[in-house]
Order: sequence, then structure tokens, then C-alpha cells
Amino acid sequence: MVIWVFLVAAAVAVVFSVVAIAHRSPVVNVLALVMVFFALATVFAVLGMDFLAAVQLVVYSGAILVLFLFVIMLLNIGQVEPLGSGRPWQAALGALAAVGLGATVVVAASRLPGGDGASLPGSEAGTAFPIGRALVGSHLFPFELISLLLVAAIVGAVALARREEDRT
Amino acid sequence: MSPEALVPIPHTWVLALSAVLFAIGTLGVLLRRNGIAIFLSLEIMLNAANVAFAAFALKLAAEPGGVAAALAGQLFVFFVIGVAAAEAAVGLALFIAIHRLKETIDVDRLNVLRW
Repeated sequence: MVIWVFLVAAAVAVVFSVVAIAHRSPVVNVLALVMVFFALATVFAVLGMDFLAAVQLVVYSGAILVLFLFVIMLLNIGQVEPLGSGRPWQAALGALAAVGLGATVVVAASRLPGGDGASLPGSEAGTAFPIGRALVGSHLFPFELISLLLVAAIVGAVALARREEDRT
Repeated sequence: MSPEALVPIPHTWVLALSAVLFAIGTLGVLLRRNGIAIFLSLEIMLNAANVAFAAFALKLAAEPGGVAAALAGQLFVFFVIGVAAAEAAVGLALFIAIHRLKETIDVDRLNVLRW
């Protein structure tokens, strides 16, 4: 049962990520990406990583993609060029590289030992409790660094997006 | 989630999903010319890396001392999501600035390192 949920979520993620990179309208791209992120949140939940599923939904679908939609509507981008509209040899080379990369990793994954399945130790391992304990305990320094990075990024974003005439 | 609900999912399957998503993201980055579309493809690649982290956390959880490994994998995903949020904010601000300057975000037309 759970394995079917995983397979369906994986299929949804793959199909909608193709839509997200291939459709000509940026708004459709972003909405397809919302579907991808929901599917990946389902994957995390099925793997027992409840906290990551929630964070994926709140931060990715809730915050980052809204930012994308804002910018697309602010810049008023309508239909853009279709996939691979650059130089033909460039597109062919890019497609070859991407497919080769994906095939390499899939083959490598299939050769990993112990492919019979695993699950998280105990039912608590993926909840907010142990992760929150680790974030303010053993991993406090990277956690504070992330908050510093976010503040720097927001200040930088405001500084970058300001109009030239506002700078006095 | 109760333990009996966690029917083992082969971590190689999760890794395969990550590989396919990463390849699709690479395809988007290499084939699109629009800056926002390239950025969206980049987000797919970041998510594929997150899925790979989850897969290996699952794999290492089965080994001795796996509780710490499973926790570390999830923490890495958390930090990647945080960095992705910062990166999205700065990147989109850059696109706004470039669009104001050049009236386009087609990366083929942004080939001069000045204005």
C-alpha cells in the first residue's frame, strides 16, 4: 500500500517536473512545480520524515514559489521561448548530457547493495522532536549560520531590487 | 506515523527518483533561455538532491548507529531548503534588477558583462 503511494507520488513528481521545464508559460511552470513539491512532500511523508514533509510544503510551496509568482507577474512575462530554442547543436548536447547523467545515476543506484528496503529507526526519528533537539543542540552553529544567511539574503535582495534613483 | 505503516521502500528506488528529477532539472537548465525558467529548473535539481539525502538517510538508518545518520540526513535537507530560500530571494532580486536595466531576462542576450 505505502509502496504504491510512493510510486504514484514519484510518477506525479516526474510528470509535473517535465511540465515545469517544458511549458512555455512561466506561470504554468511555477504551478507545475507546486505539484512537484507536493508530490515530494508525499515522498518524504511516506519515508517517515514527517517534519521534512511539512517544511517542504510550508517553505517551498508556500514561500519560495509565491516569490517566483510575484516576480513573474511583476516583470509581466507572458509566453517565452519553447524548450531548446537556442542553437540546435547546443540543445542536442544538453539533452545528451542530461540523459547521460540521469542514466548513470540510475544504473549506479541499481548496483547499490541492500536494495530490499529500509525504514527509519523507530517511529519518532522523522518527527519535529529529535530534529528540533538537534537544531538547538548538536547543530546549533549551522542553524544560526542559516538564520544569518537568510538575513543577509533578504537585505541583499532589497538592495539589489531597489530602483537606481532611490539610491542617494 | 506508526511503525507498521512504514513498509520498507527500497532506498534505490528513492535514489532513482532523485536521479530522474536531477536529469530533468539539468535538461531545463541547459535547454531553457529564460532566466526564470532556468531558476525553476535549478529548484528541481535542489529538490532532487534533497531526495537523495533522504534516500541515503534511509539506507544508513538500517546500519549500526543509524539513528544519528538518519537525523543528519534530515538536517542536511533542512539546511538545503534554508539555503534554497536565500538563493531564491537573491536570484529573483537580481532578475528584477537585470530586467530593469535590459528589458529582458533572456540569458542569451545577457552576454555583456557591463551595461
